Amino acid sequence: MDLTYGERENEFRAEARAWLEANVPRDPLASFDTAEGARAHRAWEKRLNAGGWAMVPWPTEYGGRGANLLEWLVFEEEYYRARAPKRINQNGIFLLGPTIMEYGTPEQKARFLPKMASSEEVWAQGWSEPNAGSDMAAITTTAIRDGDHYVIQGQKTWASRGAFADWLFGMFRTDPESERHRGLTFILVPLDTPGVTVRPIAQLDGETGFAEVFFDGARVPVANRLGEEGQGWSVAMSTAGFERGLMLRSPARFQDTAARLVALLRENDAAASDAVRDDVVRCWMGAEAYTLETYRTVSRLLAGGKIGAEASLNKIFWSELDIRMHELALSILGDRGELLPEAPAADGVGGWLDSFLFALSGPIYAGTNEIQRNIVAERILGLPR
Amino acid sequence: MDFRHQDDPLLFQETVCDFLAKECTPEAVRATWQAPAGRSPELWKKLAEVGVTGLLVPEAQGGMGFDETTLVLLLEEAGRAALPAPLIATAAVAAPLLGEIGGALAEEWLPRIAAGEAVVAVGHPVSPFVEDAESADLLLLPSDDGALHAVARDEARITPQPANDPGRRIASVAFDARPATRVAEGARARTLLEAALDRGALGSAASALGVCDRLIAEAVAYTSERKQFGKPVGSFQAVKHMLANVKVKLEYARPVVWRAAWSVAHGSPNRATHVSMAKLAASEAAALGAKNALQAHGAIGYTWEQDLHLWMRRAWSLEQAWGRSPFHLGRVRRAVLEDGLPIGPGTTFLGGA
Repeated sequence: MDLTYGERENEFRAEARAWLEANVPRDPLASFDTAEGARAHRAWEKRLNAGGWAMVPWPTEYGGRGANLLEWLVFEEEYYRARAPKRINQNGIFLLGPTIMEYGTPEQKARFLPKMASSEEVWAQGWSEPNAGSDMAAITTTAIRDGDHYVIQGQKTWASRGAFADWLFGMFRTDPESERHRGLTFILVPLDTPGVTVRPIAQLDGETGFAEVFFDGARVPVANRLGEEGQGWSVAMSTAGFERGLMLRSPARFQDTAARLVALLRENDAAASDAVRDDVVRCWMGAEAYTLETYRTVSRLLAGGKIGAEASLNKIFWSELDIRMHELALSILGDRGELLPEAPAADGVGGWLDSFLFALSGPIYAGTNEIQRNIVAERILGLPR
Repeated sequence: MDFRHQDDPLLFQETVCDFLAKECTPEAVRATWQAPAGRSPELWKKLAEVGVTGLLVPEAQGGMGFDETTLVLLLEEAGRAALPAPLIATAAVAAPLLGEIGGALAEEWLPRIAAGEAVVAVGHPVSPFVEDAESADLLLLPSDDGALHAVARDEARITPQPANDPGRRIASVAFDARPATRVAEGARARTLLEAALDRGALGSAASALGVCDRLIAEAVAYTSERKQFGKPVGSFQAVKHMLANVKVKLEYARPVVWRAAWSVAHGSPNRATHVSMAKLAASEAAALGAKNALQAHGAIGYTWEQDLHLWMRRAWSLEQAWGRSPFHLGRVRRAVLEDGLPIGPGTTFLGGA
């Protein structure tokens, strides 16, 4: 066991820090779930990519720097430390990207990864359907083979980033006679395909972070299939593993929230009770535990291990920690806790309400925490189904 | 950076796990509860043969010369077996404390600890009671003026305090502090006692991990067999989720304990904070394990006859040991809110942000 950084990580950190200090926009960008904010975030991603920092673990030929996962953690720490903008293409770079790396053909990698790294193409995910939420194997949207194309018919919903994305990835039923996990295929769909209609949905926070996507005879080339026909479920599970597990929510995000929570407590300490102080400290410990566990996982992966069902433990832990931290922040803010950012009396603290509302989605997206608990119980503890 | 254990410690852990599965069955634990001072000298001797009692004792003095990162793996096994032995007091706390005191005292007692011929207990102002005082041959005790004394068992006035966990033996201890018994005073005694506290808390945290893991295993085994409404009760989501919650707590406590062990072994400046974080996380995991494993068992878990309470009681008693949760939370609170411990992304390990 060695819990010190080596020369390689130290140099990498210094390089990342220097670039971020010189390049991170001074003023925060508008939310990427608004038209103006989406443009600003794409511009930021372009700059990040030009610096070679868009997706550090990817091979250089796809726009990465060939960093290992440990360096990726270090980069994330520096990224959050610099308070750099949120990643508009997180569905692409963190979820689909690694899946293409695993299942994509050389042509698909060359076609999709560089434009993903530059956010020239922003990705939405298309998992859920009106009648297939937690029960994802119940999807009914079909993609029927017709020569060199699939013809897609049906509807996806809760497609994150759908409102401003260029592409959508998801699972479709290529064998209409099939049931459950069989007969599903993972397909990449350009959202400007004739027959595709995107209808943005206003979320709890009022912004259009997700969308309904309707398919009415949309023709998509067979070349856009990721993995084999009928193999969609296992391809999707690989994406879901990354989502719940490592990539989507790096520990730095929660360490940053915890540090801001401690700062908020300091500013309002006179009004805080001992119980609130203790809760803040507990939240900080939670973020540290998440960090330590992630470093342990990365050490294991670097030594040849794989992410399995334990990704579900992660998802439960970070999503519930995130809510706890935001509830606590609102309670520290007291009377100001209900103010929107534009309220004159909000005085710079309105962001906590916004991110509280977002935190509430954590136990729902990427598979509800109830489903994750079933996975933990059945696949890790071995309880009967 | 490599947050994994090497092969040797893992092999050692496996050996100890197998040894305890054979030598420290629930029946053996219950039998030891009835023994004088609640301890089994035979088992202690066997633990020494496996190398556990002298794990931290240098090889020159007959020990194994491992460090705390290995110790926590073995203490996790001790927890898994609800081992009724003075392992934390003697192997985790007294042995390194004697090493730091050095001189004739260390030369005399370290080989005896490694050989399983002596039990050494350590008192600390954090608790009014001393673990394993009854079975101890030597006691290292603080006096009211903050000095540290080495007191032979017949010079100590020991009043056993029967407690909830028959496997944890505690006692009130009085002694006459004399210059002849004093081994350290002033700042040096304070430093030694602080290190002893951190080692005791780390050992308790490590044991709590094993206790928690065992509580989950017992509950999974029981609810997979027990049927109601024609189905194993473990197939019901209410039961699954309750046990999954314990697993989440456990898996996010384990790396905290490992990191604390590393910090103790390497003398990190943040040692005390890391140890307190470990003690809190592991105690909470074990406490939730006790509560939810009992609930998953239902009435049978509420009996003396069912073995579940061996680990439930240990979960509770480890929380009491070497600083209860409010004490450790206070230490972390002061570090974070008052003493300016660096926090935020990149501050988890030294030399980061």
